[in-house]
Parts: sequence; C-alpha cells; structure tokens
Amino acid sequence: MTISGEFLAFMGLALVAIIGGVLLLNLTKVVHMVVSLIFTFVAIAGIYVVLSAEFVAAVQILIYSGAITIIMLFGIMLTKHNDEHEPKTGKWRKILVFIGIVGFAFAVYLGIYDFNIEQVPTTLHENNTMQIGKALYSKYIIPFELTSVLLLVALVGSIILAKNEKKEADDK
Amino acid sequence: MSSVPASAFLALALILFCIGLYGALTKRNTVIVLISIELMLNAVNINLVTFSKYGMAPSITGQIFALFAISVAAAEAAVGLAILISLYRARKTVNIDEMDTMKN
Repeated sequence: MTISGEFLAFMGLALVAIIGGVLLLNLTKVVHMVVSLIFTFVAIAGIYVVLSAEFVAAVQILIYSGAITIIMLFGIMLTKHNDEHEPKTGKWRKILVFIGIVGFAFAVYLGIYDFNIEQVPTTLHENNTMQIGKALYSKYIIPFELTSVLLLVALVGSIILAKNEKKEADDK
Repeated sequence: MSSVPASAFLALALILFCIGLYGALTKRNTVIVLISIELMLNAVNINLVTFSKYGMAPSITGQIFALFAISVAAAEAAVGLAILISLYRARKTVNIDEMDTMKN
C-alpha cells in the first residue's frame, strides 16, 4: 500500500472522528459532549467526500452538524443539564457492557478484515448530484414521497407532544 | 485503483458504531443517549456509502439509501426530543434510570 493523498485524508478524518467519539464517552459536561460530537459529524462528511459522495457530504453537514446538533443543544438547555455527579450503581454494568461490545466488535471484525472484492471503476464522482436527482425522481419516487409524509407526521407529532402542557394551563 | 481498502472504511464504521452503542447503553442523560443513537445511524450510513463505491455492483443506490436514512434519523431526533421535553415537564428529570413508570 502506498502513501497517497487519499490515504492521508482517510487516516486524518478517521482519527478526528474516533477522537470525537471517545471524547463523547469521557467528558463530564453534557454540552461539551455534544460539541465534541460535531467534530465526528464533520469528519464523517469528509469521509463521504473521500468515498465520492459529495451530495451526501453536504447533506451530512447541513442536517447533522447543523440541525440535529442545534436541536440537541436546545433539548439540553431546556432541561436540567448541570448535574455531573457520578452514577451510584454503574460500575459493574459498565464493565459488562464493555465486555459485550468488545466481543461484538471482534465478531464483526472477523467478518470484515479481509473483505476484498475486486474494485470496479465507477462514475459516481462525475455529476454526483445530477445522478442522485435522476435516480431519486425516477426509480425512487414513491419512497421519496413517503419520506415527505413521514416528515410531516413527525412535525405534527412533535408539536402536539411538546405543547400539551400549555393547553392544560389554559383550561385552569 | 484506490489506495484505501474497503475494509478500512468498514472498520471505521464498526468503531463508531461500538462507541455509539456503549454511549447509548451506559450514559444516564437522555439527550446523550439520543445523540449516541444518531452516531450509530451515522456509522451505518458510512457502510451504505462504502458499498455504493466498493461493492460488487457499484451504483448510486447506496447513497440514496443513506439520504433516506438521514431524513428518517432527523424525524426520529425531533420526535425523541419532543417526548423528552414533555416527560421533563411531567417528571422534572432527564435521568434515564428514573424513567421506569411502565416497570411496575
């Protein structure tokens, strides 16, 4: 394996992504955890660019680093976020969960470490957005429309769930 | 053709998935549990995009499925936050250990 620009880009982005995830597990303040996860999301967008998926990378930055992180910060700010005390009964559970996850990771890694099928030259990097648009509006038009229905249902559902309290206060 | 093997991308996705799984199972703040689930979904998206480039039959379909997964994840985050906010109004806690009303 030669050291090329693609390899260096992959290693740097993977390092940033994993460091962000490890910081998520180790920091104590909740806001810092969410901010560390922004690094992971941006690094994953870079990984998408390496994989010649520019449109998915743009969507990743817009939705994850923008929308979902901000909505999670709102969720933290609107609730109680400054209790940092250590959990009372967590140690054995953490160790057991850690052992289980290491076993899971080892089992999956056995399946993928020599994953080697021959690489076919692709044309995904030329006019990526146009290819996605063509496929989305011809072959995948029904799932696309169903997604819009799903987003509408989620919008209405979350508004109804979140405004319940105010109506009861008005009734009183 | 490419200097980075496909298994490297799959291994990165595996590591991120495991970090998300550990966070979702051990953290006590519900917002952090939700965002760990988002991290797991992201790892799965990396797998989809990897196979759209390095799979047996490379095509754009993997990227389109990643886009669908992203939109469903966004809807899930919004609904999860709304449930969390209304639960916080009722119980005054975001601690996931105390959300056991359905247990007994």
